[in-house]
Amino acid sequence: MSNVVVLIDTSISGVIRGSATELLVAASRLGTPIAVVVTAQPISAEKVRLLGQYGAATVYNAVSADVATRLTGPQPEALASAVAHFSPSAVIVSNTIDGRDIAGRLAARTAGGLLLDVVDLRIGGDAIVSTHAVFGGAYVAEWAIASRLAIITVRLASFEGAAPEHDPELVVMAVTADLTSHAAVIDAVEEIVSNSTRPELRGAKMVVSGGRGLGSAENFSLVEGLADVLGAAVGASRAAVDAGYVPQSHQVGQTGVTVSPDLYVALGISGAIQHRAGMQTAKTIVAINKDQDAPIFDIADFGIVGDVFSVVPQLVRAIEDRRS
Amino acid sequence: MKIAVLVKHVPDTYGERRLDTTTGLIDRLDDDQVADEINERALEVALSHRDADKSTEVIVISMGPTGAKDALRKCLSMGADSAIHILDDELQGSDAATTAEVLSAALAQQGVDLILAGNESTDGRGGIVPALIAEFLGVALLSSLGSVAVTSSEVSGSRETEFESLRVHTALPAVVSITESSADARFPNFKGIMTAKRKPLTVLTLSQLGIGVEGSVSKSILVSTLERAARGSGTKVIDDGTASAQLVDYLASERLI
Repeated sequence: MSNVVVLIDTSISGVIRGSATELLVAASRLGTPIAVVVTAQPISAEKVRLLGQYGAATVYNAVSADVATRLTGPQPEALASAVAHFSPSAVIVSNTIDGRDIAGRLAARTAGGLLLDVVDLRIGGDAIVSTHAVFGGAYVAEWAIASRLAIITVRLASFEGAAPEHDPELVVMAVTADLTSHAAVIDAVEEIVSNSTRPELRGAKMVVSGGRGLGSAENFSLVEGLADVLGAAVGASRAAVDAGYVPQSHQVGQTGVTVSPDLYVALGISGAIQHRAGMQTAKTIVAINKDQDAPIFDIADFGIVGDVFSVVPQLVRAIEDRRS
Repeated sequence: MKIAVLVKHVPDTYGERRLDTTTGLIDRLDDDQVADEINERALEVALSHRDADKSTEVIVISMGPTGAKDALRKCLSMGADSAIHILDDELQGSDAATTAEVLSAALAQQGVDLILAGNESTDGRGGIVPALIAEFLGVALLSSLGSVAVTSSEVSGSRETEFESLRVHTALPAVVSITESSADARFPNFKGIMTAKRKPLTVLTLSQLGIGVEGSVSKSILVSTLERAARGSGTKVIDDGTASAQLVDYLASERLI
């Protein structure tokens, strides 16, 4: 089996992020996972064991004092070094803002072929075959790379299950490249802490979203109330975000988060294509809107033409009644 | 200072977008194509710097089929000084790496101080071309900035990722990509539209850029494409006071509550 290099996401302070499991699951589909961890200080034996439990056969710890100061500077260096060391068939990174920057630099440097925003992976003959959801899942495309290094960014919350456990070998290397000419400087960093107990929007099993029809930021509590009774994440249409009802991180759609939950509830959302592109692959769609011609009803499994301000409170009570 | 803004001509997100299921490529010959909205925000960053420093020159650059010139003309009417359209049949089906390599050649030829782009296009959504260009040109990258400040020697801004908010800066030359949180683009005014027609729009082929494409313009090969069956609509009820109860029954029958 060929080696597959995986870049483990870490915070700037060195904490291993939750995406490690799914990245290693993705890698184990293609070969033997080599986990690359880029940190300011060598990682602990405990973290090495943990990555082994997640599926890493080898942990390649690249140590660089620049992690906290040079924006995505040491990571491409570490990956290029891991590629030279392990001759992998593929390099996997998460399809995040940092991951894409790192993958782009690595691809330009190694002339590897890019497979971006991948939702599934398999080996097909002598090629690596990736699945992509195009235009919000309106199309599904498979692309392949053979006989050259594949550089893959995987969409988070796409790979489930667990990879086989290993007792990993640890290799430590120091990143010595001078990054000053081409890596930007990090002046300050603040971890985004979610103070919400609600599920993360990306990968949520249920999502309740609100649109312009809510009318104000205060009224958005209606969306949150229904989300809480369902145990759902809170989303929003671009119109609601543009109107300032909720932060941009809640935006579901073409230019926001793409979700594929079991249940998607759209409240006061007209259903412009921009929004549908981010949620149309949901298993069940429920829409409540006072405009009976709203395009959201064309794709809703259950639609209610009515006033969200009267229907939603009734709905919350009815769900609570059924449960008790 | 010379600023280049990268522009992509894309299918309008408010229309129905098509994928050619035999090539796996986005249908780019459709009439319903526009300059990607995020590019207009990138242009706004360049134009507001020029408002403050009149010596700034703003070039817009696009690689794409014939229709891309319409996107460039729009940018000229908004206030860009000149445009470059890289047009070559050989580039059809180019992947992100080839696109970035070709754009890098044009940018190197122009000798620009700052390259501005959107964080990701609304069609391909790869979001990787800025990083590829930064590496090809050997310069710094500030990606996904929600706000940007440009001086004659430096660029800085705020960068919000999935996990962190950062303050970042770098010396020029640099590549910067901006997000939807960046300032809204200005509208072309009448004078802009009239003068746009007289502004230079240069069309360049690969040989004029002094580069050739070795092998394929895409390193990946299409295996299959499938159009998902369109979603139909299900039950639609007009609320008479019982709709929420009907919905609860439906959710229970689907085992969703």
